Amino acid sequence: MRLLALALHRLAWFVPTLLGLLVLTFVISRVIPADPVALVAGETATPAQVEALRRQLGYDRPLPVQFVDYLARLARGDMGTSIFTRRPIVQDLAHRLPATIELTVVAMVVSVLAGVPLGVVSALWRNSPLDHAVRVVTVSGLAIASFWLGIMLQLLFAMRLGWTPLNGRLQGFPPEAITGFYLVDAALTGDGPAFGAALRHLALPAATLAFPALATLVRFTRAGVLDVMQSNFVLYERAMGLPRPVIVWKYTLRSALTSTVTQIGLLFGILLAGAVVTEAVFDWPGIGTYAVSSILQSDYNAVMGFTIWAGTIFIVVNLLVDVVQTLVDPRERAT
Amino acid sequence: MRPSKGTSTSAAWFVVRRLAHDRSALVGLILIGALLLAALLAPVLATHPDDVFELHPALRLQAPSGNHWLGTDRMGADVYSRLLFGARITILIGVIAVGASLLIGVPVGLVAGHFHGWFSDLLMRVSDIFLAVPQVVLAIAIAQTLGPSLPNVILALSATYWPWFARVVYAETRVLQKEIFVESTVALGASPWRLTALHVLPNIASPIIVRASIGMGFTILTAAALGFLGLGPPPPTPEWGRTIAESREFLPDAWWYATAPGLAIFLTVMGFNLLGDGLRDVLDPRLRRGRTARDD
Repeated sequence: MRLLALALHRLAWFVPTLLGLLVLTFVISRVIPADPVALVAGETATPAQVEALRRQLGYDRPLPVQFVDYLARLARGDMGTSIFTRRPIVQDLAHRLPATIELTVVAMVVSVLAGVPLGVVSALWRNSPLDHAVRVVTVSGLAIASFWLGIMLQLLFAMRLGWTPLNGRLQGFPPEAITGFYLVDAALTGDGPAFGAALRHLALPAATLAFPALATLVRFTRAGVLDVMQSNFVLYERAMGLPRPVIVWKYTLRSALTSTVTQIGLLFGILLAGAVVTEAVFDWPGIGTYAVSSILQSDYNAVMGFTIWAGTIFIVVNLLVDVVQTLVDPRERAT
Repeated sequence: MRPSKGTSTSAAWFVVRRLAHDRSALVGLILIGALLLAALLAPVLATHPDDVFELHPALRLQAPSGNHWLGTDRMGADVYSRLLFGARITILIGVIAVGASLLIGVPVGLVAGHFHGWFSDLLMRVSDIFLAVPQVVLAIAIAQTLGPSLPNVILALSATYWPWFARVVYAETRVLQKEIFVESTVALGASPWRLTALHVLPNIASPIIVRASIGMGFTILTAAALGFLGLGPPPPTPEWGRTIAESREFLPDAWWYATAPGLAIFLTVMGFNLLGDGLRDVLDPRLRRGRTARDD
């Protein structure tokens, strides 16, 4: 019962946060600009068109009324129409979401599979040449501009060596759409060549996206393992004469990795933010590329739609992580 | 606990000495020093100082040579010279954006930490909402609303980075309030102003400085991303992110054009990150234990 109460408590935090995000986007799109309608109408609109649009959108009414209307529209799933694609922005974003999720999840898997073992190894063999090498990787991962890393990878692997495609998600027809994730769809329909092609297209963007997340994860895992290795209970186990492998594998890692796993929310934030620029570099047809091309075309409503979507996804993931963390980690329940 | 006026200079000296012994912090200091030097002496160090605004179509896309150390760009301008002037923009963005974030975030954190009540809660909830969305996403929205220009990039970055300072200051202030010396200062009748200025602020300076150093690196990376997306200062400003975006259509032949500014961003951000790590080790003994017995 206590657990349920805690989960509900976290859930109660979700609504005000989401509302806060919407207030924030409302302020950015309606209050800050000198003439919000001119932004929405685009650069080519005539003054008469702008005035007509102002009345049509209700931007001539007081701000509180506009805000309520704004919330009501969003609740109906109405984010306006893109000036460029001429389609509802919600449709555009929904159509592109699977590509972003597929890229983000693959990058997450790569960074966890590589980052956690690297962090553990460099903590266990602290100050060894291996540890120093890992540190160089993590310091680089946090300092590199991901769009530049992507371009350098393209230059080397796609343009010079020709090992991977330059950009895009797939050439030719995608596998039969079941989930919208090409890897999953290709696997389900047993389409081997499509699976391989999708994987080759994923390699560079996923590596680009995974690198900073991997660096963060290595740092965190390493610090966590070192912390546990110096805790009193490990000292006690040593004093009791337990062999090192037992201390490491049975006690240290279990304790240290519980807290690492809970960092996935943080990791997801890094990946989602990175996806915007990474997708732009690789022409990956996800919501990040959509946001960037909307910026370039001054498609204002589309940019704001992207902000709301990205913010909402991020808040929802953090909520889920919080709830799972409460359920998994006994220490969380104490507070 | 609180250093008196006489010891504060020796405390600063202590920090500098310790930093000089920390190998990664030293590398960070050297990198930042090089960046500052490049920015200050850009007109002197540049081999073609007029190339920021001049066009030489005949010289476009030349490979690195004795005359053009890092080659030339699509306008025939010297990449190396433009890089040096770009350092000025990078420092300008970083310093003003982090400075403004400090000016907003620290007072917000102090007020929210000092007082207990709905107003404190409101302040922290507002900063939580900012932290609930990736910075680059919010910065894109703001920069797009305001239009691409240097002041607007700085504004977008400041408006999205201050909550980090508010968070740190709030947490540290709340911890300090449980300290006996703060309690006794209050009991002696010190005003909130006096308590904050003389007792709280000096004791939370360390985490603020560490956050500021890491924030410089983070802000410069985000600014470069905004520039790359076309939301930065417009051409012909030699902003590094925009330069990389411009260089893309000339790959793979003009490899130097894309490589040089990316390396500059990398080394700059690494400098601030390494300095931040070093400062954390030196200034914050509690965290030093966590990172354990001298990592170098």
